[in-house]
Amino acid sequence: MTTHSNTVSSAGSIKARGVDWAATIKDAGLAAFVALLLTVPLVGLRTVDRPTGLGIEARPEEVVASILLVFLGRLGLGLIRQGMAMPVLILALICAGVGLVLPMPTQVLRLVLVLGGGVIALRAAMTVATGRSKLSQADRDRRMDRIAAKVQHASKYIGPVAVAFAVVLPFTPLADRMILDIGILLLTYIMLGWGLNIVVGLAGLLDLGYVAFYAVGAYSYALLAHYFGLSFWVCLPLAGLLAACSGVLLGFPVLRLRGDYFAIVTLGFGEIIRIILVNWYQFTGGPNGISGIPRPSFFGIADFSRTPAEGMAAFHELFGLEFSPLHRIVFLYYLILALALVVNLFTLRVRKLPLGRAWEALREDDIACASLGINRTNMKLAAFAIAAMFGGFAGSFFATRQGFISPESFTFIESAIILAIVVLGGMGSQIGVVVATLLVIGLPEAFRELADYRMLAFGAGMVVIMLWRPRGLLAHRDPTILLHGGKPPAATGAAK
Amino acid sequence: MDYFIQQLINGLSLGAIYGLIAIGYTMVYGIIGMINFAHGEIYMIGAFVALITFLAIGALGVTWVPLALLIMLVASMLFTSVYGWTVERIAYRPLRSSPRLAPLISAIGMSIFLQNYIQILQGARSKPLQPILPGNLTLMDGAVSVSYVRLATIIITLVLMVGFTILINRTSLGRAQRACEQDKKMAGLLGVNVDRVISLTFVMGAALAAVAGMMVLLIYGVIDFYIGFLAGVKSFTAAVLGGVGSLPGAMLGGVVIGLIEAFWSGYVGSEWKDVATFSILVLVLIFRPTGLLGRPEIEKV
Amino acid sequence: MSAVMPHTTMNDKPLLSVEHLTMRFGGLVANNDVSFEARAGEITALIGPNGAGKTTLFNCVTGFYTPTVGRLTLRHPAGKEFLLERMPGYRIAQLAGVARTFQNIRLFSGMSVLENLIVAQHNKLMRASGFAIGGLLGLPGFRKAEHEAVELAKYWLDRVRLTEFADWEAGNLPYGAQRRLEIARAMCTEPVLLCLDEPAAGLNPRESGELAEILTFIRDVQTPQGHRTGVLLIEHDMSVVMRISDHVVVLDYGRKISDGDPEHVKNDPAVIRAYLGEDEDEALPPEVAADLNLAPTTNQKGA
Repeated sequence: MTTHSNTVSSAGSIKARGVDWAATIKDAGLAAFVALLLTVPLVGLRTVDRPTGLGIEARPEEVVASILLVFLGRLGLGLIRQGMAMPVLILALICAGVGLVLPMPTQVLRLVLVLGGGVIALRAAMTVATGRSKLSQADRDRRMDRIAAKVQHASKYIGPVAVAFAVVLPFTPLADRMILDIGILLLTYIMLGWGLNIVVGLAGLLDLGYVAFYAVGAYSYALLAHYFGLSFWVCLPLAGLLAACSGVLLGFPVLRLRGDYFAIVTLGFGEIIRIILVNWYQFTGGPNGISGIPRPSFFGIADFSRTPAEGMAAFHELFGLEFSPLHRIVFLYYLILALALVVNLFTLRVRKLPLGRAWEALREDDIACASLGINRTNMKLAAFAIAAMFGGFAGSFFATRQGFISPESFTFIESAIILAIVVLGGMGSQIGVVVATLLVIGLPEAFRELADYRMLAFGAGMVVIMLWRPRGLLAHRDPTILLHGGKPPAATGAAK
Repeated sequence: MDYFIQQLINGLSLGAIYGLIAIGYTMVYGIIGMINFAHGEIYMIGAFVALITFLAIGALGVTWVPLALLIMLVASMLFTSVYGWTVERIAYRPLRSSPRLAPLISAIGMSIFLQNYIQILQGARSKPLQPILPGNLTLMDGAVSVSYVRLATIIITLVLMVGFTILINRTSLGRAQRACEQDKKMAGLLGVNVDRVISLTFVMGAALAAVAGMMVLLIYGVIDFYIGFLAGVKSFTAAVLGGVGSLPGAMLGGVVIGLIEAFWSGYVGSEWKDVATFSILVLVLIFRPTGLLGRPEIEKV
Repeated sequence: MSAVMPHTTMNDKPLLSVEHLTMRFGGLVANNDVSFEARAGEITALIGPNGAGKTTLFNCVTGFYTPTVGRLTLRHPAGKEFLLERMPGYRIAQLAGVARTFQNIRLFSGMSVLENLIVAQHNKLMRASGFAIGGLLGLPGFRKAEHEAVELAKYWLDRVRLTEFADWEAGNLPYGAQRRLEIARAMCTEPVLLCLDEPAAGLNPRESGELAEILTFIRDVQTPQGHRTGVLLIEHDMSVVMRISDHVVVLDYGRKISDGDPEHVKNDPAVIRAYLGEDEDEALPPEVAADLNLAPTTNQKGA
């Protein structure tokens, strides 16, 4: 109520108070000056390869464009804050429109006009709509909390619907090869996200090297298949086991380190594993990786190729179907769907068990945990090992799906992506992981043609979402056990 | 023997570079308690600014090497520190009272952004540069030859370190900085502009990282957009090794890492040198988490 | 009353014996050759000026620090003895049955009140859930154990008057309620010795009164195992200390300077000197005097 009356009065007093033009322009000018310093060397001057060596090329128009963008943007924001949202909205829309319609000397200028105008217009529109210039961090957080709580409660229904959709998808006419491939990719990341969520979201350990376990799983399968000819179904549990062991091995010495140090050490471990994969080429194939990794059979009963190896039935013959290369893709799709759901079910259940509760307690306050007789090292180790095991499963799936792996698939950026999925979704939130995967993996996949800008937008997106909602999009926690269960407080008799 | 001294000089100059970057990590960690994950990228930007400045002044006709080097140094320090300032202002300051993970995630995002920003603007291919400062200083009747660039690196680093130590220990800015490191709230109550001090910390860290970037450009003569990651992790290792929060520790840690890397490459082989560095990081954190010069920390209950 | 401890009749052997405990941090001596005893069914208060080494001593007893020199023996009523200085921290809580609260409250603030109390029964439930494997498979043993755990939690919730807040996020409770919850959480580990680090800090007089009631209840009630809980208490609030403690140990500069019942301690010249300085042994400041004078009457009521 107070905010409302405030806006009314400020709207009424715009004339009286006026806009402090000098200060606003000075502020925008300063921002533009910073933009000048930022852009002159790196945007304005480009290195180009010439036959004679490196050359340089000036791009003054891009510098000017970015300075203009910053100046106008900052000016617009300043004016919105001072109650001039409406005029700014109109101007910003005009800008964006002009950028869209009129011919521009460079693409950059067009982009600047459209994007800049769009963002400012959005901001102004929000201000006009909500009647306040800026939500405080706490307000925004509370609002998002409510949404997150609603989503959490709705996930009782959303969850099964989503699973049902995922199950039916291959049979719908939508399902072509590309859709299924994207589905497999998304599910892989969802599985990894859920796996890492155990360590990061529940136990509160910031693991920057999760990809190491993914790599261990992938290489376990590839190498076991390569050297011993073991099948996927034998290797899958072995890969999980090996990954879990490496989790224990790596985790044991470092788990007592505090937060940030732990993060850096896990990053170090991730890199060590990658470097070993690259350098130990006699065993791992080095940077060239391993190719010809066998595809999975239908539970060891049938093969998906048109002409299966002897002793093995062909899948299409076994089920009396027309041969189609899609069968294997569909099978892989269901395989990863099942694996991901296993991780999800595990997490949902373990949260209600003493193990899961101890993890969450560790995240909240690990000194208090020690005072309650909880063996912190063992609990953390369990989280680390279990998450590693799931990472290992995902890794061996990745290997069998690709048929080829190399250390390049297991760089730090991969760990960062998985971590981003967990944190952006909201730590500990299962549905948050799904939403974040759709955003982080799905969106870039949908805009493949902008491939160059994918990672740029990815990095910027991470920053923006953190600024906008530091606890993650759908961070919300429901108690795992209720005493009153929505009913009025029960009469409590002394138990003893 | 001369091979040994060669490696020693290589290690010292490499260590100087790591140390310069490590100071940025250690100062930021000391004052706001976060790992500035984008700091490696700041160093990479420093290297690129130095490269571009060199090409630009070459195009403008400045050919006298000392002048060119001076302009490169000033320009890369100036422009890079603006990047350092902006990164803090945009990605970290709004998150100062957020959950512990938020600024780190934001920093990782920033790091990815800056890497790709440079890749898009300047191209993904590595940038070779002909040696600007060729030649060697020969000692002991030619038994040992030391390249001028490496010598210059060590000397410039020493000069910067002395200046920087004076700045931190003697000036009011340094006092304010140390005060904020101890207790930000109290320093604020006593009239220290904490935001400004933190900004300046980032600016100083970025300027030193820019020097490191320029040195790397001069020594190795080739840079690309990806050099920041590895150098960043190694320098962070140096900062941890020396004891996070300790400036001499950062320098010492840098030199130790540099020496180990140089001797490892010189005598064992260069493929495994990164494993050696990372193993040191892990071992130090496990057995002496406070580093060589850090103060021991008792678990506060 | 005499200077010797009044309740020697209850049990021959003390619950906790601290013998010649010394704790050094580098050159700093936080505790210097401290010896005292605490008994089951008694409240033993540890008082002393700021920096006297009370919390350090506490951290030694509860296993967060390992003492430089000295011996800490805990004797269970059943007869088992534990040498606390040789056990890792979490084992002391798990096996020896020592529970504690913290000066700056350490709740699992993102979890619900009830969850806080269930986490406190971790080891019991972990066994019942077959180290999570049986629990994952949904075996009935765990469900029964969890039900019992909830009953115990309900019992203590009722005791500390938080039943209606059971499903609240612990961090959203008012300050006084958080203090009470921390005590309930410690009691859910079913300890033989409860260590409280300034439980009355920041409470208003009414809340301090409630706290005193809770503590005397814990002291006086027979546990299902048939023994009585010993309470070790660090407190600054003299009115609480004098009203409810049976035995007071005074530390100053890391040394024990007085030991006895409240009556003895408050008349001990060494204590008065420690609190008021060497030179002035005339009048106490009015508020201290009032607290000390208040003690005799309430002490009788409490005991």
